[in-house]
Amino acid sequence: MTPMYQGRPSRLFRNLNAKIASIPMILTALVIFVGGTAWTVFYSFTNSKLLPRASFVGLEQYERLWATPRWLTAVENIAIYGVCTLVFSLVIGFLLAALMDQKIRFENTFRTIFLYPFALSFIVTGLAWQWILNPNFGIQQVVRNLGWTSFTFDPLYDADIVIYGILIAGLWQGTGLIMCLMLAGLRGIDADIWKAARVDGIPTWKTYVFIVIPMMRPVLVTTLVIIASGIVKVYDLVVAQTSGGPGIASEVPAKYVYNYMFLAQNLGQGFAASTMMLLSVVIVVVPWAYLEFGGKRRHG
Amino acid sequence: MRYRLTTAAFAAGVVFGAVGSASATDLEVTHWWTSGGEAAAVAELAKAFDATGNKWIDGAIAGSGDIARPIMISRITGGDPMGATQFNHGRQAEELVQAGLMRDFTELAEKEGWTKFIHPKSLLDGCTLDGKIYCVPVNIHSQQWLWLSNKAFADAGVAVPKNWDEFVAAAPALEKAGVVPLAIGQQPWQTTLAFQVILVALAGPETFQKVFGDKDATLAAGAEMAKVFAAADQARNMSAKSNVQEWNQATSLVINGKAGGQIMGDWAQGEFQVAGQVAGKDYTCLPGLGVNEIISTGGDAFYFPKQTDPEKAKAQEALASVMLSPATQVAFNLKKGSLPVRGDVDLNAANDCMKKGLEILAKGNIIPAPDQLMSADGVTQVNDLFVEFFANKELSAADAQKRFAEIIAAAD
Repeated sequence: MTPMYQGRPSRLFRNLNAKIASIPMILTALVIFVGGTAWTVFYSFTNSKLLPRASFVGLEQYERLWATPRWLTAVENIAIYGVCTLVFSLVIGFLLAALMDQKIRFENTFRTIFLYPFALSFIVTGLAWQWILNPNFGIQQVVRNLGWTSFTFDPLYDADIVIYGILIAGLWQGTGLIMCLMLAGLRGIDADIWKAARVDGIPTWKTYVFIVIPMMRPVLVTTLVIIASGIVKVYDLVVAQTSGGPGIASEVPAKYVYNYMFLAQNLGQGFAASTMMLLSVVIVVVPWAYLEFGGKRRHG
Repeated sequence: MRYRLTTAAFAAGVVFGAVGSASATDLEVTHWWTSGGEAAAVAELAKAFDATGNKWIDGAIAGSGDIARPIMISRITGGDPMGATQFNHGRQAEELVQAGLMRDFTELAEKEGWTKFIHPKSLLDGCTLDGKIYCVPVNIHSQQWLWLSNKAFADAGVAVPKNWDEFVAAAPALEKAGVVPLAIGQQPWQTTLAFQVILVALAGPETFQKVFGDKDATLAAGAEMAKVFAAADQARNMSAKSNVQEWNQATSLVINGKAGGQIMGDWAQGEFQVAGQVAGKDYTCLPGLGVNEIISTGGDAFYFPKQTDPEKAKAQEALASVMLSPATQVAFNLKKGSLPVRGDVDLNAANDCMKKGLEILAKGNIIPAPDQLMSADGVTQVNDLFVEFFANKELSAADAQKRFAEIIAAAD
């Protein structure tokens, strides 16, 4: 017999201590994140200059934004940078992790070497790569000194490929972390699965592609979120490497937002641009969250 | 033992702290003057202020004004105002003044008669809003200078040009000798500066005033400005090989004779002086590109955010009047390489180029600086256009002019 209660205690008061303890965080999230976001979106419809002013101009800031060549360049750059970062850091990160997983010698040493760049800030990374890619001091000059005098490699000074110069630095800095996450995922796969696959005579690469990678889904999702948030907020790397140059060829949205909010003293324009950045994040995150969490509830 | 040491250090700190607060009023002054010559000039201001019995707390912010200004503004709007802060006079602090965050200095100005000795008048106009004075101009910097390397022209076997057209004509010879004809740093403000200087020199001050002051978009799209854009196109071709970022790197190309010339403000002079070069012998300066001898009168000014502490307010007044005193003006501007804001002081120690500037100033051939005419929003958009124009050969002069006219039409 199950004991009968005088009516179930309300769900609200279950784990009361834990709920009270999390109030500060809930408030922070609501006031700072949600409140700040709403405030920004609200003022993006005004013509605020240096100080926020509630005088509405409708969609004027957005019309101006999408007619500005610098913003269009920035959007194009973040698209190229984003797609390439996503693909290359996942592929390279996974390959490095798979190689590490072959029970090699000195694994610790290699892991440290690959993860080391991640300990540097984007500013330091950017400055280092600015020197490495500088045609007068870096790779180009070294190769020329070796005797190949017509060798040209100056991505940061060529408007058409400058974003790839930034991409190289970004990958160098971030791939080590992705490798570590992937390696952790690989180590989480039960050794019995490998044994079973070997008994069935499945080649190693097939085991990776068809068995191991699907099993690593949670790790892949985490990795994806980490990479994606890094892409949207890329700013310091560009500032350190090219400060948007040559011309406006390597501008990114975050830099546009900062420049128009503080340098041009035009808050309305900066808010409009940051609202567009938010919108792009929402478009990516909402369907994913729906699939991820909506799916779980069905199974659970 | 360790505990005792900490206690001792703590006690010492308390004692020193007490001594510090017991002395005269501390006033924090923020600015972005951090290079060698600039720091020396600031030290003159600090010395003069300390002599009044107060104490100058230096709040230098490294980097350029573009980095420092957002920090200063957020401190003032965030309720943590400093005692005084540098801005370029003009419209950078306009909204802060409108919001009532800056102190009104009209009373002091009337008592000391600022309107009588500050020359040219436009400097004080930049500080004035609705008939009230909100800032103290401390120097005049002009942009309209072409700096030429005598060595580069000697190497190329051509005479040092006397104006812009001769300079353009000499460009092929310079290139043949392996010299970059025109050095321009890739930062946005430098490319805009080059364009504005060309505009004033070739189209004259009236056109400049109408375009940047009255926002005359029809004129900006017209034939007169097309000539300016054509010249800017030439400048773009001449500077194609200058792969430098900072203005002083570009200046050092000129100093070493690796570049023929640079269009830059009079602050470039400090670099020539540090390198031990002599005006007329090692380098040549052409105000207004040698065509229209006109200089703009932008510069630096100090603003005083409102303070609640009456002691601090008194110190602010002392600082304002000491900044304008003749002795401080001479000492500060000689170190800074800029011109004094007073028409009645003597600058015997000035070099040839500075004297040329003073002469033009005395003749009254002056125009206001773009910062005084246009809001920061408009200036940033113009900067964006020209940094793209100088880096992107595919953007034709005609297209750039069209976009320029659009920006002017929308600017305030």
